[in-house]
Order: sequence, then structure tokens, then C-alpha cells
Amino acid sequence: MTNLTRRDTFSLAGGALAAMASSAYGQAGPIKIGFGMALTGGLAGGGKAALLSYQIWAEEVNARGGILGRKVELVHYDDQSNPATVPGIYSKLIDIDKVDIVISGYATVPTAAAMPVVMQKGKVFLSLFALAANDEFRYDRYFQMQPNGPQAKFEFSRAYFELASKLSPKPQTVALVGADAEFGVLAVEGARANAKKAGIKIVYDRSYPPNTQDFGSIVRAIKATNPDLLFIGSYPPDSAGMIRAIHEVGLNARMVGGGMIGLQFAALKQQLGPMLNNIVAYDLYAPEPTMNFPGVAPFLAKYRERAVQAGVDPLGIYIPPFAYAEMQILESSVNAVKSLDDKKLAEHMRATKFSTIVGDIKFGDRGEWAEPRVLLIQYRGIVGNDVEQFKQAGKQVILDPVAFKSGDLVTPFEPIKR
Amino acid sequence: MIFSFDLFSNAIVSGVLLGGFYCAVAVGITIAFGMLDIVNIAHPAFIMAGGFIAYYCNTYLGIDPVLACVIAAVPAYAIGRLLYRFYYLAFEKRGEESLQGLAFFFGILFIIEVALILTFGVDYRFVEAAYIGPTISVGFLAIPWRLLVPLIVGLAVIGGIMVFLSKTFIGKAILAVSQDPLALRLVGGNPVRVKEIAFGLSIATAIIAGALLIIIQPIEPSLGRDFIGRVFAIAVLGGMTSLPGTIVASMILGISESLTTTFFGPSWSPAVAFGLLLVALAVKPAGIFGR
Repeated sequence: MTNLTRRDTFSLAGGALAAMASSAYGQAGPIKIGFGMALTGGLAGGGKAALLSYQIWAEEVNARGGILGRKVELVHYDDQSNPATVPGIYSKLIDIDKVDIVISGYATVPTAAAMPVVMQKGKVFLSLFALAANDEFRYDRYFQMQPNGPQAKFEFSRAYFELASKLSPKPQTVALVGADAEFGVLAVEGARANAKKAGIKIVYDRSYPPNTQDFGSIVRAIKATNPDLLFIGSYPPDSAGMIRAIHEVGLNARMVGGGMIGLQFAALKQQLGPMLNNIVAYDLYAPEPTMNFPGVAPFLAKYRERAVQAGVDPLGIYIPPFAYAEMQILESSVNAVKSLDDKKLAEHMRATKFSTIVGDIKFGDRGEWAEPRVLLIQYRGIVGNDVEQFKQAGKQVILDPVAFKSGDLVTPFEPIKR
Repeated sequence: MIFSFDLFSNAIVSGVLLGGFYCAVAVGITIAFGMLDIVNIAHPAFIMAGGFIAYYCNTYLGIDPVLACVIAAVPAYAIGRLLYRFYYLAFEKRGEESLQGLAFFFGILFIIEVALILTFGVDYRFVEAAYIGPTISVGFLAIPWRLLVPLIVGLAVIGGIMVFLSKTFIGKAILAVSQDPLALRLVGGNPVRVKEIAFGLSIATAIIAGALLIIIQPIEPSLGRDFIGRVFAIAVLGGMTSLPGTIVASMILGISESLTTTFFGPSWSPAVAFGLLLVALAVKPAGIFGR
């Protein structure tokens, strides 16, 4: 039998403790990523599609062995599209669930509602499609995925008026109409400034209340002013209502469209079908050859396999690629700084240009994209109501920015005669 | 402001078309809220359920959305009766219908909404029919079929219910229970059964209104909440218990919204419509046809 000295005992105990600590490190729990997400209520269409994208990313990362040798786990709660639920959700995520990283839910209002809690805790905060949410807070650890750039409200109509100004003869008049809600108001405000800058006279400038059913009266009043251009800032049901009414009333104009939310979703594309032809609208991604970034096609294929089962947008070309890119940025940053420290992550995100499935992203002032990349697209050659056609190139031609341009503007817009 | 006879006429026609749709949406509230004194705030959720039934039958079975919901109105009537029976036993019988009953219908609203989300997802849904798209042109008037069909169906539903209430024994009993349940009991009637039938009718009309809504615009499960204010306003303006009042109030709201939208801008239309409601109630607190 061996006699152990006091020194041997201490060194053995120390070794055992070190081994235990090392073993504990190797088996460290997952990296928890927490967020509230709209899974019910008016924003759920976007929220559920974003969640599916995050889940696809998490599965892929975990299959690769995780980040820093740790699996990732998504901890999320339904914010019901209700900003009142959001501060409570983020307090719980940070204080009780002890998540390592927080990201925003979908859209502006829930993001803005989470900001005070997130800022108080000093957490780095990636946000998904929040319009100018950091303009007032000016939080230096905030980063936004929507490519609006620092001047969001002007960006949604900039290309529309720039292209209109180049038409021959130059359009003289424009009608502006938008929903009496956040996006509609901002989009029309920007359009007003851009029209003025382009020297185009505004002959109709009205907003309409949410839940409007009859757009015929609005379109008739617009038609009476005989505008050369019609710029619309609308939400999904209104976008469908406006386009239907434009065809029913028979409104002719050289350009029709603008900031119309909803046309990016398969349901409205499918429903409106040929009524979309020659409509110009903002978008963020279009399946054109100029936007075939590495990784986007496999992601969309994977997303589309699961979208119908999940009851979300089957095309997935609006929010999902950006949600996935958000997680790519997170993964790349954690791997680069080899830490979950919020300060280090924020510093890295501010300084780095990221390569993602939606292209290269560099953040700038207030965490917005340093260079805006809102697309102006035009619908062309839409036949019937088959949703599959919207997966093809040439149906949503990119007019602007020049770097991604895939075709020229076609005018005028003409209603279908029925 | 640009004024022309053409614009004015089209605004009136648009208002009547919109009013017809409002009729279909509000008739169930007039029955439940006005006649039966049941604060069914889940009514818009039943309308959404009707919209999704129309969507399912149209997309997967190829049935016309209105026809689908007219057929679905029969089981919806039975469900409405069962729902009232439960509501009566749980709350009304105990005299606890005011607050607990309100909470009950809130619960029903959320249950229907979540059930629709789980079943159909959260994406916008729509239907296809031959009358969605074409427009009838009569001189300078343009009448879209997708608004004309809801007007015709809405007026047919409310007209049918008015005939039922005035010509049948049960109908007259429903009118009686709306005026004095105790008196009905004294003459040997069973107010609970009568209210059960009336509530069933109210739910059936909500299902048909859902079909009319999805003809007009794409829907998603939470859209119903947006209608609560407007349908209650129509019921109140019409006089709560009066179906002719509901028709008149719907037309007033529809036409005033349409005229305001055309000549003064759409953002003023709710203010003018609800301003009219306030003025009407100030002059006649019981509503236009109220007693």
C-alpha cells in the first residue's frame, strides 16, 4: 500500500478538481438565443416564417457541432403581435431563462417595445425588419436586417421618383395615397419629399384608415385628378384592395405602385396574378440572376419543403432569407470573437462586412445597413394565378439599384379591361 | 375638392354596396346583442371562421364560397344553439352573465382565432369565383361584382330573417323575448329555447358574412378583431332590436364613408361615420328605429 504525503493528496485533489472543471466546460449547456415572436395576431405571417428560418439555421448549426463547441437552443415566446407583451417576454428571457443572446421579434413595434429592456441589460440586439426603430434610442449595440439604410423613409420611394423623372416626356403630376399607420405614413412622407425633389406636382395626397374595405371610392377620387403617377404606401389587405379597385375603376397612369407591403407574399401574388403586370413596387429580394447569392437557393429549397406544413408563405423570398442571414451574422460574430460577450460582439458587428445568403452586409449609422439596398421591381409577364411562376426569373424584374438591375422600366400601366 | 355628378353617383353606389356588406356583418350582432341581450364579442371570430370555411371549400373542394357558407350555416346554427345552452347554464341562469359572460365570449374569440391559426396557418387566404374581378358598367357607373354579390346576399339574409321573424310562430316568439322574456313565460313560452334558436341564427349569419368578407378581401385569422367597433356601432345606430334599423344604419354608414372618402379624403370617413352616430344618438338615444 502506498502512503500518500500531504503534498500528494493536495496535488491529486487539485488534479481531480481541474478534471471536473474541464469536463464541465466540455459539457457546457447550449447557447441560448432568446426572442419574442409574433406567432398569432396580425404580424404572425411574418413571425412564423422568420421562426422557421431560425429553426432551419439552428438545425444546420447543431448538425455541424454547434458554435464554440456548444449546441444552440432557440428560446422563444409568442408576443401575439402585441407590443404590451414584449417587455415582459424580454425580462423573462434575460433574468429567468438566462439566455446568452437576444434578438428581436418581427417588425417595428415589437422591436421598439423590447429596446428599453435590452438596452438596460446592455445586450447586443439584432433586429428583423424594424423601420427606423433605433432613430430615437441610438443604441450602439443595435443592428437591423432590413436593408433600408440610414434614410429609410426616403429610400422606399427614391428609386420610384428617380426612374419616373427619366421618362420622356417627364411626368408632371403624382397622386400619393397611404394607410393611416406607421409604414404608410412614413412611406408617403418620403414620397412627398422625393416628388418635390423631382419637381413633380402632387395632385392628390390622402391617407385612409386601417380596415378600409372599399377602395373604389379612393381610386375614383384619384382618377378624377388624372395623375401621371400613382404612389401607394399600403399594408397587405389594402394592397390587394387598391390593385383590384384600380382595375375595376380603370385607372390609367404611367407608373403605379410604390411602397406596397404584401405584394412580396405568395398569397397576394397568387391572388392578384395578371393584375400585377407593370406594377412597380419595393422589394428586398427577387429571384433574378443578379441576386443569386451563394447559399440562397439551398436555403429557399429547404424552407419551401417545410413552409406548407408550417402554414407560412410558400415562396419565402421576403423575410426568410433575411432571418437566416441574421443568424449567419450572429454565428460568424460569435466564432470570430470566440465569446458571447455583448461588448465584443457589438464591436465586431460594427466593424465587419458579413457575407450572407442575401449578399454582403455592412452596418452603419444607428445599426442600419451602411448602404441601402431596397429594390424597386416591376412585375412582368404574369399569366394566370399559378404561384410557381414567381419562383422564376423575369417575373419580378429589378429596376434599381443599378448593381442588381435585371431589366428596364416599362410604361404605361394599363388596367385589365373586363 | 373635385366635385362631379359622375363622382357623386359612383360614391352613392359604392356606399350602398358597402352598406350591403355591413348589413350581413351586423345582423347577427343585432340579434344577439340587441334582441337577446347577449354581449357576443366573439361574433367577428365566427365571421372569420366563416371566411375560412369558404376558403377551404373553395380551394380544396371547388365549391362556390357563398354556397359553401350557406350550407355551413346549418351546422353553425346547431353549434350556436349549443353555445347558448352552455352560456345559459353557466352564466345567465345564475344571473352572472354580465361580466363572466363577457369574459366567456372573449375566451371563445381567442379559442376560435388560435384554432384557425393552427388549422390554416397565418398566411393571407383568398377565394376564386367567376364574380371576383369583373365589373358591370352602366353608363358612368362601375359596379364590381365582388361588391354586388355581398350586397345581394347580405340583403337576402337580413330579408329572410325579417320574414322569419314576422311570419312564423318562433319568429314572433323571438321578437317577444327581445321585448319581455317574463311576459313570454307567462303566456306559456320558453324564453330559453327561443333565445337558443335566435342565437343559433345569429351564428349562422356570421358564417355567411365570412364568405362575403373573403370575396371582398384576403383574410387572416386575426382580422376579425377589426370589425368589432363598426358592427356594434351599426347595431346601436339602428336601434339595437330593429332589423330594418340595421339595414338603414348600414346604408348610412356605407354611404357616409363613401362620400367622405371621395370628396374629403378617406381618413375622415370613420370620423364622419361615427360623428353621425353620435348626432343620431343625441337626437334619438334609442337609435333610429329604437323604441
